[in-house]
Amino acid sequence: MVYDAVIIGGGLSGLAAGVRLAHFGRNVCLLEKQPRLGGLNSYYTLKGRQIDVGLHAITNYVPRHIKTTPLPKILRQLRIPYNDLELFPQTISCIRFLDKEINFTNDFNFLLQEIADKFPKQIDQFVKLSKSLSGYEGYSPSKEFISSRKILHSFLSDPLLIEMILCPTMFYGSSWENDVDFPQFSILFRSLFCEGLACPRGGMRKVISLLKEKYLHCGGELKTNCQVQKLITSDNQVTQILLNNGEIIKAQKYISSIGLPETKTLCSDLPLPKKLLDQKEEARPGNLSFIELILILDTPPVNYGLKHTITFYNDTEHFLYQRPQELVDLKSGVICCPSNYQIDNPSTKEGMVRLTHLANYHLWKKLTREEYQQQKEFCLKRSQEKTLKRYSNLEKAIKAQDIFTPLTIEKFTGRINGAIYGSPLKAKDGRTNIKNLFICGTDQGFLGIIGTMLSGITIANQHILY
Amino acid sequence: MTKEEIKTSLLDIISEIVPDEDVNNLEGEGAIREQIDLDSMDFLDIIMELRKRYKVEIPEDDYPKLASMNSSVEYLEPLLANK
Repeated sequence: MVYDAVIIGGGLSGLAAGVRLAHFGRNVCLLEKQPRLGGLNSYYTLKGRQIDVGLHAITNYVPRHIKTTPLPKILRQLRIPYNDLELFPQTISCIRFLDKEINFTNDFNFLLQEIADKFPKQIDQFVKLSKSLSGYEGYSPSKEFISSRKILHSFLSDPLLIEMILCPTMFYGSSWENDVDFPQFSILFRSLFCEGLACPRGGMRKVISLLKEKYLHCGGELKTNCQVQKLITSDNQVTQILLNNGEIIKAQKYISSIGLPETKTLCSDLPLPKKLLDQKEEARPGNLSFIELILILDTPPVNYGLKHTITFYNDTEHFLYQRPQELVDLKSGVICCPSNYQIDNPSTKEGMVRLTHLANYHLWKKLTREEYQQQKEFCLKRSQEKTLKRYSNLEKAIKAQDIFTPLTIEKFTGRINGAIYGSPLKAKDGRTNIKNLFICGTDQGFLGIIGTMLSGITIANQHILY
Repeated sequence: MTKEEIKTSLLDIISEIVPDEDVNNLEGEGAIREQIDLDSMDFLDIIMELRKRYKVEIPEDDYPKLASMNSSVEYLEPLLANK
């Protein structure tokens, strides 16, 4: 049989595309390499506790009565009622550069007040910037890279404020070093600051199981533990997919959510000049990877003075968002306390802290097995010392811990170099040089958990349904 | 389908797309999109739901005829006469 569409990759974008196609009666099959769905944003079990991996927050949070922003849009498109997500908003988060701190909540006026207090000379220009961003159509495709840094400099004169505003948007999605593509910046700025942060009850498992149930209920076919070996192409078309188990699958159209360079390596025969995109440069694997530490505490971290839901910090004069020269860059990072979302009746009395830092994939890759283990231990220790020293006694509350390196990320997500934000060049309209092959998810360019679902929806709509 | 059945079906489709809106208060005249929050993606979903449920193809040029409840029912009546 020939499917109407096959989707490669069962992350949030692939699942969202699948729900749309299955809902409208398309004969669709979703292929996932891992036993579990979710891709970049999933979960695992550590000594009986369910722990989320991937982004620390669902951004784009808005209360139920707001109808026009990305979150309610994707819920309507997926026919998922708002209340089914059971979202709990953040309490307060902050951007801390040395001793300067900007706090933000899910109320944009709170951020404006913070800027007015801490950067009084910049507030008028900051208001102008945010007004111009609210009218900017970040979701419409533009081909060339636009430097957000340049645009921010045209509005703001204080370099510290510029760095502090860029920092969270970089950590939460930029695949460029030391900058953000402006359309993506506009999406991230609104999703983080104008809308807000939240967490569903039960974490990512909730989102993934809602999508999975919906997909199966609509008649979508799902194959997990199913690795694609090759996309067989001929005459600029994918003709069939060869799976690792020897099985062959055919479809009219193919959607890949696994990333541009990753998709390219699967293609048997690319049209000359052997590029997937019709752009000057070919999509190359990204440079930016991360390590993440998971700390399980006796009691919630707020008991030790760690009250923020998310903290973006930088301890140097010049913030660098780039591949570090060493294994890990501990001078900056993100601290997330999932227990600091406003959760009713939390299921546990334990606390958790997640620490994220930039890391160098290639250096991790070079280590011997023994060195790798030693360095993991060393990073766990150093990161805790560095990031938690301001919260007295917190270290004594740690009862379990775990660490992911760029190699762990590569193994579980399939992203080359463990580059979770993918290639700097994006397939913004979803098209490739292969007529019936489309790209959704990270390498299409919409960011965040809601953004990536919107990506899957948009690609399914525009290239298959409409 | 009768006019009444078409109207009921349309309301059912709209309330499936926007479950939080009270569609029973929709006026017959006046644009649907001005009475409840529907964006262009939602509007296209109405067209696709009609196609899915009744196999009716609505050409893009005719989309403006689906602006209000009354005009939609008028437009759909001959198309759904035998459904």
